[in-house]
Amino acid sequence: MTSYHLDHLQYLETEAIHVMREVAAEFERPALLFSGGKDSICLLRLAEKAFRPSDIPMPFLNVETGHEFPELLEFRDRRAKELGAKLIVRTVDEAIKKGTAHPAPGEISRNKLQIPVLLGAIEEFRFDCAIGGARRDEEKARAKERFFSFRDAFGQWDPKNQRPEIWNLYNARLNSGENMRVFPLSNWTEMDVWEYIKKEQLEVPNIYFSHERECFRRGGQWLPVPPKHTDPTKPDPFAGGRPKPNEPVKKLVVRVRTIADMISTGMIESKVYSVDDIITEIAAARVTERGSRADDKVSEAAMEDRKKAGYF
Amino acid sequence: MPHSQHPIELLRFNTCGSVDDGKSTLIGRLLYDSKNLMEDQLEALERSADITGGGQINLANLTDGLRAEREQGITIDVAYRYIATPKRKFIVADTPGHVQYTRNMVTGASTANLSIVLVDARLGVIEQTRRHSYIAALLGIPHIVFAVNKMDLVDWSEARFIEIRDAIEDFLPKLDAFKDVKFIPISALNGDNVVDASPHTPWYGGPTLLNHLETVHIASDWNLSAFRFPVQWVNRPNNPTNKELHDFRGLSGQLAGGTVKVGQKIMVLPSGLKSTIKEIWTYDGKLPEAFSPQSVTLVLEHDLDISRGDMIIGLENLPGMSSDLQARICWMHQRPLQRGNKYFLKHGSQTVQAIVAGLDSRINIQDYEAEIAPPELAMNGIGEIRLKTSKPLIYDGYKTNRLTGSFILIEQGTNQTVGAGMLLPPLEAVKPEYNDFAI
Ligand SMILES: Nc1nc2c(ncn2[C@@H]2O[C@H](COP(=O)(O)OP(=O)(O)O)[C@@H](O)[C@H]2O)c(=O)[nH]1
Repeated sequence: MTSYHLDHLQYLETEAIHVMREVAAEFERPALLFSGGKDSICLLRLAEKAFRPSDIPMPFLNVETGHEFPELLEFRDRRAKELGAKLIVRTVDEAIKKGTAHPAPGEISRNKLQIPVLLGAIEEFRFDCAIGGARRDEEKARAKERFFSFRDAFGQWDPKNQRPEIWNLYNARLNSGENMRVFPLSNWTEMDVWEYIKKEQLEVPNIYFSHERECFRRGGQWLPVPPKHTDPTKPDPFAGGRPKPNEPVKKLVVRVRTIADMISTGMIESKVYSVDDIITEIAAARVTERGSRADDKVSEAAMEDRKKAGYF
Repeated sequence: MPHSQHPIELLRFNTCGSVDDGKSTLIGRLLYDSKNLMEDQLEALERSADITGGGQINLANLTDGLRAEREQGITIDVAYRYIATPKRKFIVADTPGHVQYTRNMVTGASTANLSIVLVDARLGVIEQTRRHSYIAALLGIPHIVFAVNKMDLVDWSEARFIEIRDAIEDFLPKLDAFKDVKFIPISALNGDNVVDASPHTPWYGGPTLLNHLETVHIASDWNLSAFRFPVQWVNRPNNPTNKELHDFRGLSGQLAGGTVKVGQKIMVLPSGLKSTIKEIWTYDGKLPEAFSPQSVTLVLEHDLDISRGDMIIGLENLPGMSSDLQARICWMHQRPLQRGNKYFLKHGSQTVQAIVAGLDSRINIQDYEAEIAPPELAMNGIGEIRLKTSKPLIYDGYKTNRLTGSFILIEQGTNQTVGAGMLLPPLEAVKPEYNDFAI
């Protein structure tokens, strides 16, 4: 070793590992939110780096809207198994059935409905901390988020009442009922995430790479055509998320840049077949990744509202 | 291209200035001119310009994140921005200038390598300039830039620029802090000397702001002279079936100072027990040597009783170890700090109880004079205190090491973070009782 110097990825990595170990040491029942998306894929590698050769000392938690890309679910389950972790899945469907989540009339997106499901899971397993893959560069409201983001007993985030975060001294103290969201990737950009995936040779779900897919145009984006509704005894989970007669379907070569669920993920037309291609594409991109998510366009303050209500 | 062959360094900086000095415009300008803005961000900018800006794009809107702020028209918290150029990556803490938000500046500055202090060329040095310089010095930021902004409004006058520079150079020696100081005449609004050199300042021979940010020497900003390793997490796989892992007992943490080698003799504090480094374990393989701020897992030759909160150190350059501490503190809460108050104190990986044994002085950040024995320290106050802790801290003076010399105070009950402390150098180094190696 000739120089005692970290490059930017090594710096971000050591910062994130430090944060993860603080979580393991300071909380009694932490969980790690793992969706199978690119950010949480990085989280898993960081967890391995933080805790090996021990087991990762926390279960993985995922909230399903019921509109997921099947490829993503397959990948999620497989990764959790490979790492020997316990994966807990809670779904919006179950919550609606139990009466803990209530869809707004006419609203197709289930993004907001993830909130009561997540809060329900936190209560069910008495989690005092959930590690998430959010990054500050994703969105304006996130830019002010802390590494350790305090949530009151209702799971709410109060942007005016955040704990100041000084040096690397994270205040993890909670009273009962309160909990913490922790974001080890706070300082990572989209580019950093892909550079890290490349450096660590991490596998990502194949929907990040270009493939042929039937899409339709809505709200200025290409939305994927959902899988066929096969069981007529049940209501169509994708009702409202299917192309209408005036929304012609086209077969395109597309990929996802950021994954929400099928109903709110805009596909981008692109021809990339490797992580290197993706890095080149992002370097040249003129749209931020959230530009392809329908749920944020509703209003400029959309994310802020969801966060206040307990979103990740 | 933000990615390239050679390793890219990361520089963290914060911006400070009082309201309307042009901080938001400057960051917007840096993002815009260094091509770190995307189409949809520009679009949103244009959309909000139609609503609020009378059609004019307002670069400040890029960083004014929260709705509450937009409504009040002020920045109320610390926001982080990310800029990449082919030479470096930057993490920008946009820290607000409102008087009552000193705590946010301390927050943003605590992790910075460099501070940009904005000065309005028309107003010159004001109370806020002195305050921000003081806080940057207090927090041990090695590099400082005074960006004299709105030069377009003083007709690009070199005389005015020099006048301001002289006024600042007048008080800087009192702070006795920075590795390097730069003065740059800019117009954030028009972009002069921000990313591109200005045609309006032929009398200025220095770098543009971005140029300086890309080249200032930061490699030696970490303390590499004395090995400090706060044990964060004890790594015990407890795996009875795997022979190699069965007895594995590692100490995980991040080097808070110095370097460490396999075979090196070390001491564990507070016990004073000594041992030797057997392995530096990482997920990517064992290392012969590690340095601050790497995160690693140390394995020792001897099986000592070590837990979170202990500190592993080298045998030279010993730290202090004491329950009687002296520190500078920045107060961050409405309920003032008073003598006799009790708090939790978090230092490294250790949390102890602390009682305020004395409030020795309060610093007036306008003239940098100390008021002796004030009754209390209110929100945003900075002072010198004495603390007594329930267990000894193993520490260095903040000036020597920003990580082992800092702590936070947490209010008992509400768990609010109420103070940021910087320890004064220990009066004496630790004198361990045990001199033999553990058996
Ligand atoms: N003429 C001129 N106006 C500027 C300059 N920089 C900022 N401003 C204006 O000063 C006002 C305050 O700027 P802003 O960035 O919001 O200040 P902040 O409160 O420090 O974030 C805005 O109206 C800006 O357009 C400059 O270099 N020249």
